[in-house]
Amino acid sequence: MSIQVKNIVKRFGDFVALDDVTLDFPQGQLVGLLGPSGCGKTTLLRIIAGLEAADHGQVFLEGEDASKAHVRERQVGFVFQHYALFRHMTVFDNVAFGLRVKPRKQRPNAESIRRRVQELLELVQLDWLAARYPTQLSGGQRQRVALARALAVEPRVLLLDEPFGALDAKVRKELRRWLRQLHNTLHITSIFVTHDQEEALEVSDQVVLMNRGRVEQIGAPHEVYEQPTTPFVYSFLGAVNLFHGRVQDQQLQIGADHLPVGDSGFQPGAEALGFVRPHELDIDTNLADHTGIEARVERVLALGATARIELTGASGGTHRHYEVELPRERAAVLDLNPGQIVRLKPARMRLFAPDSPSAERILPEGSMTGIYGEGI
Amino acid sequence: MGAGVVSTWTIHARRFEANAATREPTWLKGVLITIALLFFGLFLLLPLATVFAEAFRKGWAVYFAALVEPDARSAMMLTLLVAAIAVPLNLVFGVTAAWAIAKFNFRGKQLLTTLIDLPFSVSPVIAGLIYVLIFGAQGWFGPWLIEHDVQIIFAVPGLVLATIFVTFPFVARELIPLMEAQGREEEEAAIVLGASGWKTFWYVTLPNIKWGLIYGVVLCNARAMGEFGAVSVVSGHIRGRTNTLPLHVEILYNEYQFAAAFAVASLLALLALLTLVLKSFVEWQGRRSMHHSQEASEVIS
Repeated sequence: MSIQVKNIVKRFGDFVALDDVTLDFPQGQLVGLLGPSGCGKTTLLRIIAGLEAADHGQVFLEGEDASKAHVRERQVGFVFQHYALFRHMTVFDNVAFGLRVKPRKQRPNAESIRRRVQELLELVQLDWLAARYPTQLSGGQRQRVALARALAVEPRVLLLDEPFGALDAKVRKELRRWLRQLHNTLHITSIFVTHDQEEALEVSDQVVLMNRGRVEQIGAPHEVYEQPTTPFVYSFLGAVNLFHGRVQDQQLQIGADHLPVGDSGFQPGAEALGFVRPHELDIDTNLADHTGIEARVERVLALGATARIELTGASGGTHRHYEVELPRERAAVLDLNPGQIVRLKPARMRLFAPDSPSAERILPEGSMTGIYGEGI
Repeated sequence: MGAGVVSTWTIHARRFEANAATREPTWLKGVLITIALLFFGLFLLLPLATVFAEAFRKGWAVYFAALVEPDARSAMMLTLLVAAIAVPLNLVFGVTAAWAIAKFNFRGKQLLTTLIDLPFSVSPVIAGLIYVLIFGAQGWFGPWLIEHDVQIIFAVPGLVLATIFVTFPFVARELIPLMEAQGREEEEAAIVLGASGWKTFWYVTLPNIKWGLIYGVVLCNARAMGEFGAVSVVSGHIRGRTNTLPLHVEILYNEYQFAAAFAVASLLALLALLTLVLKSFVEWQGRRSMHHSQEASEVIS
């Protein structure tokens, strides 16, 4: 079933959690709502479920306006971050709950409830734990029970609120692969909320990036990763180096250094921010060439297939930090030593105007990515 | 799960003792324990023993005669009746108030939370007087009540009102922290799964607060049956009609019928002991279910 939200606004006191959000979630897809904490993604999910009421705007389920419908009538499956399993019920009773509380007329008989629960527990590979209590299960098992419980009532959509947020890294990784497979078998329209970019990119068909109650970008995982349309998306999805300067003669002037930018479309003399991913930067040890940013090598970390080189700005003071990722062989050829002065040359750079709205504060709290350069 | 449930304070004490840095000298330990036990014996155990000793001083026959005597029997029935009305009402009120405070935000929530404790901070005598002032012959509603031939003060309704007031906080106080700690996620999950409000309460909320609720009710009942001050003010001490057990004890004592007074008092003492046993059992059950879950999650992590 398709889900649409139109012009959703939600305020908590002075805080604007959702600022005029309009989105379309197509039938049968698994969409990841991604953003830093406090960006409104969970609120949006709860509004779609009906657990929260929007101040303004509408929710359409299968084209029908569901804004006024009660949670009970929306037929959504909801999976909570902290599982919210009924702690005094066994796994079996938890999964059976949704079927047992149906009005008498729609309630299946005990035998068909038993069969349905059995099926679902097999689907989540936990049929051998039916008689256990939630407290006797691991976090990953609990979340799978929660999913089986949500699926028991045959929901039209499945909403998952940071489903793996409370789990440790290894279990998380296993579970998201499992969730993807499950979705491939069930094809139920699903939205899941996460603040973990890796998770969103790995699991989703579509990623919706949110920041400060607004949608920043929508696209397939490779699209949003390869072609970020805003500085926020750029910095949220992976590490990035930042170059702050002025555009002059097809070049970005940064202090005494300059980088070629080609035809950027910026007015001459306009301020601009250049974004470059660590793997898009190359290092030149030949200082005679005058393009590129002068920097001092601080540390060389050769780990796995790539080498990570940490540098500080050489000319404009040492408060600027850069990070470069090179193939091991390339790093071996360069043979860098700490203290050495080199030039940084981007293979690719994207320019943004510094006053674009999402450039105001692009380093999200709790993001695992790094931003290198001057900061804004 | 372990064979027995070791309470946290036993574990703390053990840790404290095992560590040379925090261990106290033996003489200090001896002195403190002696003082505590002496105090306990002198002020708690001795009076309790006295009650039973005095009750049986003139033998079993006098003891039983005092209990089956019509006034005593009617006092017993009245005490049971008052508790039977007051406790269920406060059970309903306690659950409602705790639910409202723990699960909703509303204006006056802070005030309600504070007011729930009022009966604990007000002297029971004042509590009784409040009802006399409101419903008594000279009170606000007195003339109207007399006109309509309704008697509240010096009658059973007054006793019930005073008892409700005094036992107001027990259930709510027990449930509020419990419900606040549990949050509302489980209820939300139930509602999303299609459960009605009533079914959510019955199948999800109630089982979660079960032990806390029973604990509150046991304490509430003990106080309802043992209350003296507030009840004394509104009762009027009409023998066989408005005397509860505690009031009956006082009357007997004032009439120098010591054996009978202590016999009836021993009933109340037994009730107190029974309450303690029940309370410990409920605490043990509640802790066991909590301990159970903690231990299970420790095993997994």
